Amino acid sequence: MITKRIIPCLDVRDGRVVKGVNFEGVKDVSDPVALAAHYSECGADELVFYDITASFEGRKLFTDILTRTASQIFIPLTVGGGINTLEDFDRVLSCGADKVSVNSGAIRNPSLVGEAAKRFGDQCVVISADVKRVNGEYHVFAKGGREDTGMEGIEWIRRCVDNGAGEVVLNSIDTDGVKNGFDLEMLQAVCDVVNVPVIASGGAGGIDHFTELFNAIPKVDAGLAASIFHFGEVEIRDLKAELARNGINVRL
Amino acid sequence: MIAIIDYGMGNLFSLSSSVKSLGYDVEITADPEKLRAADKLFLPGVGAFRDARERLFSTGLAEVIREEAAKGKPLMGICLGMQLLFDKSFEYGEYEGLGLIPGNVVPMEGYIARDLKVPQIGWNALHFTGLQHPAFSDTKEGEFVYFVHSYFATDCDPYVVATTEYDKELTAAVAKGNVCGCQFHPEKSGDVGLRLLDAFCKQ
Repeated sequence: MITKRIIPCLDVRDGRVVKGVNFEGVKDVSDPVALAAHYSECGADELVFYDITASFEGRKLFTDILTRTASQIFIPLTVGGGINTLEDFDRVLSCGADKVSVNSGAIRNPSLVGEAAKRFGDQCVVISADVKRVNGEYHVFAKGGREDTGMEGIEWIRRCVDNGAGEVVLNSIDTDGVKNGFDLEMLQAVCDVVNVPVIASGGAGGIDHFTELFNAIPKVDAGLAASIFHFGEVEIRDLKAELARNGINVRL
Repeated sequence: MIAIIDYGMGNLFSLSSSVKSLGYDVEITADPEKLRAADKLFLPGVGAFRDARERLFSTGLAEVIREEAAKGKPLMGICLGMQLLFDKSFEYGEYEGLGLIPGNVVPMEGYIARDLKVPQIGWNALHFTGLQHPAFSDTKEGEFVYFVHSYFATDCDPYVVATTEYDKELTAAVAKGNVCGCQFHPEKSGDVGLRLLDAFCKQ
């Protein structure tokens, strides 16, 4: 059967990995290509590069490192950050990205998901949603979680999938950074309304949280995390071995 | 030289890079002369069957591919490229393929259990049937490869090299003489995929 995926996410600014990382054997820990190669060797099932650059020059650096990564590492590569137009899709896909994730761009221009799915295929359009509880309701947030759009989160995600998004990354702002586990309640609500792969993001603090995630919600396809992998708190190899011991199907 | 057939369907960067990383001379091209001169051909593809087959047939590339395959040149179809090798596809209608391998391409929806997601996206294991082919000689039982698909090949039992389990056993790799195909993406399947591409290229 198909395996559950483990996905490290790398934030990149001006062509460098932002969060301080420390790995034995990786000489330049802020070199995205070296880090991507390291993760690939450790058994990562996919990589996410998130471009947090604001400047034009930074964008160029980003596409350069994307090209270099995709020339050397042959596992699926998803790219997000600053995706606002079909040209942005084109720009990163032609550098070797397999999937493109949209967040604020889809909120600003709701037809972007549909147009991109039509042109590039459903399988390469990922809707990434930052969702937070506000007065007992799920709200979608824009601009990296800073701006409440007021839109209902689960409905927003369902609509994006109806328009052609082939995958969902659900980032719970409520659990993000807390390291107390994934937001199972919110994930279940999304899994109940969509029939495309759902990737859980926000809240992983240790191996147990991934075991809990896949046991509690069998419909979740993947777990995504950044800092716990970057700081070596969780080694992907150990994580996957532990998942396998718990009867969860992973690629070893 | 190894040629990747460029007919405007999908991203060829990873396939080209992965074959290049193995040390082969590779070119992405739509030029019939180059395709005829190549030692081996890749037919890649992502997207809709109808668009893809129309591009192949309207540009004359279908003819070139059929002629080269008939001469015994090794040809590997990948993903939609594999589906195009068959007689017919029933993706949003009924469309003729290249007819290089007997069989049909049909939707997974309605065939597999309803609670499973379509497309199948992710890593799944290969189960070999025993049919031998040089391209798959270095790939082992149970190794994982990366799939992204909503349709699968059927009515092609004598040519199935490997299947993968997604509720049911689905066709994952096929071969008939010098023509072979992968439903999965070897260029996205890490070391397992590179080994497979190498085996195809060095045969």
